[in-house]
Amino acid sequence: MVTSIPTVAPRGTTWWRKLPVVHQLRQSVGLQRGMLVTGLVITGFFIVVALFAAVIAPYGFNELRNAEGLFGSQQPPSAQHLLGTTAGGYDVLSRVIWGTQTAFEVIIVALLLSFFVGVFLGLVSGYIGGWLDRVLIVIADAVYAFPSLLLAIVAAIVISGGQSSLWGGVFAAAISITAVFIPQYFRVIRAETIRIKAEPYVESAKVIGASNGRIMFRHVLRNATRTLPLIVTLNSSEAILTLAGLGFLGFGIEPTSAAEWGYDLNKSVSDVTSGIWWTSVFPGLAIVLVVLGVTLVGESLNDLADPRLRTRRKADVAPSTTAESSVVPDGSLDEVAHIDELET
Amino acid sequence: MSDVVEIRELEVTFATDGGDVVAVDKVSLSVTAGEVLAIVGESGSGKTVTAKAILGLLPETAVTRGAIVLNGTDIVGLTGARLRAIRGVDVAMVFQEPSLALNPVYTVGWQIAEGLRAHGTSTRREARARAIDMLGRVGIPEPEKRVDYYPHQFSGGQKQRVVIAMALVLDPELIVADEPTTALDVTVQAEILDLLRRCRDEFGTAIILITHNMGIVADLADRVAVMYQGTIVEDGAAVDLFARAQHPYTQKLLAAVPRLGAGAARAVARAKERSATSSAPVVSAHDLRIEYPGRIGVKPFVAVDGVSFTISPGEVLGLVGESGSGKTTIGRAIGGLTRITGGSLEVFGHEMLGVKERSFRPARNQIGFVFQDPASSFNPLLTIAECVAEPLIVHGRAADPRAARPRVNDLLEAVQLPRAYGDRFPHELSGGQRQRASLARSLALEPSLLIADEPTSALDVSVQARVLELFAELQKEFGFAALFISHDLAVVDMLADRIAVMYQGKLVEEGTGAQVLGNPRDPYTQRLLASLPVPDPAEQAVRRERLRSLREADHP
Repeated sequence: MVTSIPTVAPRGTTWWRKLPVVHQLRQSVGLQRGMLVTGLVITGFFIVVALFAAVIAPYGFNELRNAEGLFGSQQPPSAQHLLGTTAGGYDVLSRVIWGTQTAFEVIIVALLLSFFVGVFLGLVSGYIGGWLDRVLIVIADAVYAFPSLLLAIVAAIVISGGQSSLWGGVFAAAISITAVFIPQYFRVIRAETIRIKAEPYVESAKVIGASNGRIMFRHVLRNATRTLPLIVTLNSSEAILTLAGLGFLGFGIEPTSAAEWGYDLNKSVSDVTSGIWWTSVFPGLAIVLVVLGVTLVGESLNDLADPRLRTRRKADVAPSTTAESSVVPDGSLDEVAHIDELET
Repeated sequence: MSDVVEIRELEVTFATDGGDVVAVDKVSLSVTAGEVLAIVGESGSGKTVTAKAILGLLPETAVTRGAIVLNGTDIVGLTGARLRAIRGVDVAMVFQEPSLALNPVYTVGWQIAEGLRAHGTSTRREARARAIDMLGRVGIPEPEKRVDYYPHQFSGGQKQRVVIAMALVLDPELIVADEPTTALDVTVQAEILDLLRRCRDEFGTAIILITHNMGIVADLADRVAVMYQGTIVEDGAAVDLFARAQHPYTQKLLAAVPRLGAGAARAVARAKERSATSSAPVVSAHDLRIEYPGRIGVKPFVAVDGVSFTISPGEVLGLVGESGSGKTTIGRAIGGLTRITGGSLEVFGHEMLGVKERSFRPARNQIGFVFQDPASSFNPLLTIAECVAEPLIVHGRAADPRAARPRVNDLLEAVQLPRAYGDRFPHELSGGQRQRASLARSLALEPSLLIADEPTSALDVSVQARVLELFAELQKEFGFAALFISHDLAVVDMLADRIAVMYQGKLVEEGTGAQVLGNPRDPYTQRLLASLPVPDPAEQAVRRERLRSLREADHP
């Protein structure tokens, strides 16, 4: 009997089925599948919009006029401006579409920066321990203790220093978010590393004489990264909120360098009381939807990763015959008896 | 006598990620009052699922068909209050791990009375009196005082007694005991088995005993049902089954149980061969002491205290002891995983007291290590071939896993695994196969010393027999010295040239298998030997008497 443990994809299945999100999508059923699919559709929609912003958007993010002259400020939705214009005279639809691009740029830069630094520090700190670990933990705790938005504001001021170019703004926002996120990755990877350090397979690497570097990167790192897809999705939504918060408070990106939803919301505050709803509703809606989509993906990944939370199809009422091949996790006498015949 | 429980055509199907799995397939059983039925089987045979079905404890993913008639009520399909009314009163459960089955934040008295409260039958005062009574009857000394103790104030064996008291408090007609002694040491196991026997005799309780240990079956059971892959392959009186097993699986299972005294002849023959080539020992310990530092203000814990022994080249030293005796610590110290704090331990001429990792690393290629749990001793993300190649790469004998593959194939062949298994991941192998791969990895550098820390305690008995046989063959072929650590005297006896017995950090007895097992001098060794149940009801009854007289001699 060749043991084929059912949870393992048989050899020869296409590689993409094992990718993080694709694997979970195939695994899910019922409500959890619904949540995951909804999240993926919303997120996918915004990613497409961000990629093709230049094609989709009717105007540029900083255009105030076309061939027929100025757009005019606070124009209600019309054929020329499907979602109206803002107090500053920009086209709302175009600003929302271009804003998607800025949002994803910031997410990507912020995640890349915090991901690598946080994972590396967590691994070293958890594996080596001692005074280095204590110092890093104290710093991470100190960063935690600050309100994250306040920290982001300070970082934004220090980094941008009043500049307002597109990438200067994006980096200012991203790095300030990074400062908040590094401790999160650090904490998660450090905890995992400390757990894995005590696993017998790390000890078995130690007794064969493997160096610390080899143990850290070959045996510990890859096993410590399992929860990362989840944190990445949850942090993406937090990154959007932080960026919007920075923009709303006026520490974001200037309207001439890029479209940014938080900034637009800030400028539409006075419109709300005078019955001009379109300037605030659409950027706000965009923020809510992106955060909702990414959070749905993250939450369902979280549920699916935990076998206790994962729902499965009910067992068939009709008797099935799968038991022969799968119910013997520790092998059986027959298997031992036939092992020589398997020799290839 | 009337049946306490009758199971008819029970079928349990689980929904898993990989499709439906039939765990129990058309099982029919019955137990009469005052009878002990043992359900025996290896892991995955469905014995625990059957037991849990009787209490309606299966998870939501399980679908149950058939009938379980308990005192005239079919409990399949019962839910909520009606099921709760049956639990505790008609049927109770004793769990495998007593430290997990007790809630650490309540006193044991409170927990024993919980069953009485749940069924609303007594006042607080009565419940307390009943808890004290129960504690006394399960053999806890000073029950009036200890009823207010918390679980951590009891030893493992006493905790299991408390769990049994919880099960008995509502005077159920049936107790389901799921591996009640697996987590306990062998000397404590004998006491718990005595207690379960008293439950049957004094309370008239029927017991369904789930176990994988044939010795326990011989000790306690009136009737035995052997389960294999979800079905019952044989069912009969214990005496008949041990004398004349009908089904080939039962016969194989009985043959696979290691028996005491089997290894003595082999050890003598091997000793003769070896005496020609005597040379410096590979490991020698003198007055070895290992302490684990305590927290501030707490005295350090002495795990190993003044132990001296040597291992000559090509010799297998069996190290036996119960949990906490320090046997694993010694193995880890020789492998350089635990620092020693006193005395002297020389491994291949390196003094391990205050050794630097850098200077010891060259010696590591002479030491192989096999860990207890094959499930966790492989990096789950590397294939078996990559794992086995790891020592070759680390010591520069191969550049990468691909270059090491021919050697890896040879090694897999040596441990009788098909080459193709090298491309599998650890979780795709069974426990026994993984432990063989683990042997292959430890032998990759052709070490002169192999440290095996309970290499078979996580395996089923039939798989264990196969791995032990393989170990003996490999030892003969490669001629390495070995430190074989185990809690099971019979297992050590099969392999070891000399046996050392540890008790509370001290080496109490050392000698050849014939000396230690045939004529033990230390009272602890005598007790350990007498506690080991043998798979033969008649012989076990005799041994039980001997153990009782030994115990009475200890505590007059």
